[in-house]
Formats: sequence, C-alpha cells, structure tokens
Amino acid sequence: MIVAKRPHALLNVPTHYCPGCTHGIIHRLVAEAIDRLGIEGKCIGISPVGCAVLAYDYFACDMIEAAHGRAPAVATGLKRASPDSIVFTYQGDGDLASIGMAEIVHAAARNENITVIFVNNAIYGMTGGQMAPTTLPGQVTQTSPYGRDPKLCGYPVRVCEMLAQLEGPEYLARVAVNSVKNVRAAGKAVEKAFRNQVEGRGFSLVEILSSCPTNWGMTPQDALKWVDSNMIPYYPLGVCKDRGGKEAKA
Amino acid sequence: MADRVLMKGNEAIAEAAIQAGCRHYFGYPITPQTEIAAYMAKRMPKIGGVFLQAESEIAAINMVYGAAAAGVRAMTSSSSPGISLKAEGISYLAGSDLPALIVNVQRGGPGLGGIQPSQADYFQATRGGGHGDYHILVLAPSGVQEMASLTSRGFDIADKYSMPAMILADGTIGQMMEPVALEIGAQTQYEKPWALTGTGMKREHNVVTSLCLQPEQLERQNFARYEKYARIEQNEALWEEYLIEDAEICVAAYGIAARVARNAVDEARAKGIRAGLLRPITLWPFPKQAFAEAAKTAKAFVCAELSMGQMIEDVSLSIRCSRPVALVRRSGGMIPSPGQVLGEIEKAAGGEAL
Repeated sequence: MIVAKRPHALLNVPTHYCPGCTHGIIHRLVAEAIDRLGIEGKCIGISPVGCAVLAYDYFACDMIEAAHGRAPAVATGLKRASPDSIVFTYQGDGDLASIGMAEIVHAAARNENITVIFVNNAIYGMTGGQMAPTTLPGQVTQTSPYGRDPKLCGYPVRVCEMLAQLEGPEYLARVAVNSVKNVRAAGKAVEKAFRNQVEGRGFSLVEILSSCPTNWGMTPQDALKWVDSNMIPYYPLGVCKDRGGKEAKA
Repeated sequence: MADRVLMKGNEAIAEAAIQAGCRHYFGYPITPQTEIAAYMAKRMPKIGGVFLQAESEIAAINMVYGAAAAGVRAMTSSSSPGISLKAEGISYLAGSDLPALIVNVQRGGPGLGGIQPSQADYFQATRGGGHGDYHILVLAPSGVQEMASLTSRGFDIADKYSMPAMILADGTIGQMMEPVALEIGAQTQYEKPWALTGTGMKREHNVVTSLCLQPEQLERQNFARYEKYARIEQNEALWEEYLIEDAEICVAAYGIAARVARNAVDEARAKGIRAGLLRPITLWPFPKQAFAEAAKTAKAFVCAELSMGQMIEDVSLSIRCSRPVALVRRSGGMIPSPGQVLGEIEKAAGGEAL
C-alpha cells in the first residue's frame, strides 16, 4: 500500500532549502493541488527573488524567474498573453510585501485571474536573516539587532487584511504549516486558490505562515512552536475574503 | 506604393506595431510618448489585443517580460525617466534571451528633466541601460516613416536574435506629423521552442531565467551571447549616406539631429565645401565600418547631437581617433540650428584647430 508518494508536479530532485524549513511542505501542497486539479500541463509558475528563487528547478510545469517583487506583473503579462494557462506566483514576504507591494496590490485590484502563494516567515531568509515587512515587534534580526522597534521601523504588514479592503480580489486566506491540522487546512486553501483560477473567478492569494529555524536561531520544533505562540496571534488564520465567484461591485 | 496617411510619429509606431503582429502592449503615461498608449487603448480591444495600463513603468516592463516569455510579440513605450525605471526589466529580458520591443521617445534630462526633445539617453540605450554585460538592438528613426518601418524591423530582429530591441526616438519625431505608408507586409514567423506554453504533459518543462549561480556557466552564457552580438555587428548595422563619396567633412548625426545636419550639408555644398552626412539608423550595432570608410576621404568629422556629446565617442572609436571630431551640442530640450552645424563644418573645412 502506498502511504505517501512524491506529487507528479514536483520533480525528483534535491532542494536547497535548509533543514527544518517549511518551504518543502508548501512546495508539496502546491504540487498536490496541481495534481488533484490535473492542470500541470497548462501550469506556469513564477519564482521570486529570495529563498524560493530556485523553485523553477523543483516544479515540473513551465517556470519563469521574476525580478524581485515583480512576479505579479510577470504573471499578469503571462496570463494576458495566454489566458488558458494556469499562472501562479510563489513569493516570500520581502518579495511580495516590501519591494513588490505595488505589483501585488494592483494585481489584486485588477482581479487578475492568477494564484498567489505568499510565504510569510517574518524574515529575509536568503540574505541571512534581515528584518522583513512582516517581522514582528521585538523580533531580533540582523538589521533589527535590538528587536524590531515599531517607533523606528513601523509595524508589520498584514497583507491579507490590507488586500481585503480592495474590491478586486476573489479570495484571500491565511493558513500555517506548523501542525498536521494546519497543513491539511493549508492544502485545502491552496487547492481552492488554484480552482478559482481554473473556474475564472479571479485573484486568489493564500498567505502561508512558515518557519525559518536557521535565521530565527531555533530548532525546527521550537520554530513551529514559535509560529503558534508569536506569529498566529499577530497574523490570525482564516479566510479574509471570499467573494464566492460573485461579480465585484462596480 | 501603399497609400500614405498623415500621422503623428507616436501613432505611426503604435499602428506599425499592430501591423507587425503585436497584440500585447503594456504602458504607463509619460510625456512625450503618451499617444502610443492612447492609440493602443483605442485599437487593441477592437482587434482582440491587450492594452493594459500598468501601475508603473516597472510593472509594465515586467508584464512585457511575462508576455514575451509566453512567446507573443509584446511591447512597452516610455520616455527617458520611465526608461530608467524599466532598465532592470530590460536587463532581465536580455539575461533571459527574450525578444520584446521597448520605445523610448526621449526628453531632456537628467532627473525629471524637461519634456522637450533630447538624445541624451544614447549611452543608456547603446550600453544596455541596466546592470550586467549585455546589449540591446537600438534603432533610431529620423522621421515618421521610419517610426513605422523601424518598429516593424525592431520586432523582426528581436525575434530573429531573441533579444530586446529599442526604438530610440525623440520628442520631436514623436510629436510631428508626416505622411507615412503603413504597408508593413508579411512578417517572418520565428520558432520559439523556449516559450512558456505549458508542457501539455508532452515535454520537459521550459524554464525562463537569468539566474546562473555557477560562475563558469554564467561566463559561458555571456560569451555565447557576445558571439551572437558579434554576428549582429557584422550583419545588422544600418546607416544612410548623403553626399558622402567625396566628402571632406563628414557630419555624423541621427534622428532629428540628422535632419538639421542635412540642411547644413546642403548649405555647405552651396558654399563649395565638400560636406556629407553619415546617419546611423542602428545605434547598436553602430555602423563602425561606414565611419571607417568615410575616414578615407574625410579630413574631419562633425558630430551633431541633442546631448552634451555621447555618440561622438562611438564616432571617434569607429575611426580610431584618426581624424578630428568636432561636436555640435544642444541639451535640455534644445535643438541645434542648421547654421550652428554649418558653422562647425566651415571651421573644420577651414582647418581651424578642433
């Protein structure tokens, strides 16, 4: 009996992610959704600048690497040129919520029929652990060595809640991958975000709270606990907006 | 001969792009090129094309990057400050070997500068504009007819060599009206096996990226790209010669400056000075050979530019500094008069110290 196997949409190659990093789980959830919907052959994925930059080597579908933060604009160009393709971006918090804030907001406002996988681990991982727009108050990073001071650096950005103010987007949900229960819920949200695009419903974003043991300076287990005790209280899980396929108000 | 219609330069670019098969335009308003966007906004929905006003020039060039990766003819247009914002995206297009057309209807700079015509983005265009080792194809129209014909050619050679092409125009040519024949003719269809069309579960996945973490491999890629550039320099340089065969004084000018210079050459000839005009039509590749050839009869060169002197460096390099090169320069949106160019021609002919 097969208990678990590699999803077809994930290539059989080693990844470069650090031990204990939850990018691996998220890749798997994305690939499983692609498999379940049978869309691999018409999927085009966009990798960001950041830890997931090499995601184009891991997914079996056609892939493109975008400039830092610009994945939603690249997705817009791809989807407009090839409306039958299923286009998704895979972006981290620095990429999406800092340098790429304009692109994500306007893609959402236009209700581009794309799927966005937004991985929020509250830190810049690839460059070695600097303060991100989602770094929590008091959180120590390389560029907030005394803890993030909101008086100096402002407050972390809640992307889902912010985008929910727009009429445009179809579906905005926040999930986490720090427990079996949360992973299951995350998988469902990711699949919905892809199915929405297949059904032509419009812009769907899933924010996934992810851990970064390496740059948080924790064991993988402690990092998962830290998601529970620190991240989820600031970034509540759940569906932030779901228009249910109804037309946006004019 | 096709019927000729009276059009603005900017509109001629837009209509020529459509006739060349472009159905994907992404832009952002900026003077003096906004007519291109306005024209596309009107026409594209009628012909099943895409016009999208992006949130910024940065987004627009990245939409072009996405559409080009899907294998379609995509374009954007802007003017100087906007082109600076697109520079990152142009570097990514070049690094990913994607064809696309970028139009720069130049205005005076630096910074926000002005909105009057300029040629001060010559260095930016001919040296790539963004970071890294690369070139883009640069075409410089000097009238409305060429705004159309070079747009078509730009798409063609971009596809042929799988790299970005730029129309480097200026505010004068963008805004002025002239009769133009828009019969573009059949376009060559280029195979794009690298395009992101979905695997259809029938092939390995295609990957479009400019990332290459192995230095040996990145170096190999850059060398391969420069071999392509060498072939382009060999085959794709375009220029126009006017009274150049016996010219003692060779005037170098492109775009709107070339039209001014042509008047000056006529006036010089009327005065008995053997002057000629060599007008680069491609700025990259630069018609080095034509200048080297001209140096065989010319004893001096005069370079006329709407900048503080940028193309003059390529003129001097092309003739290996073997002749003096005088500079007629106007900047900030000002245009040299034929008299100003004539003055330099006369000085050069008189053998005055240059």
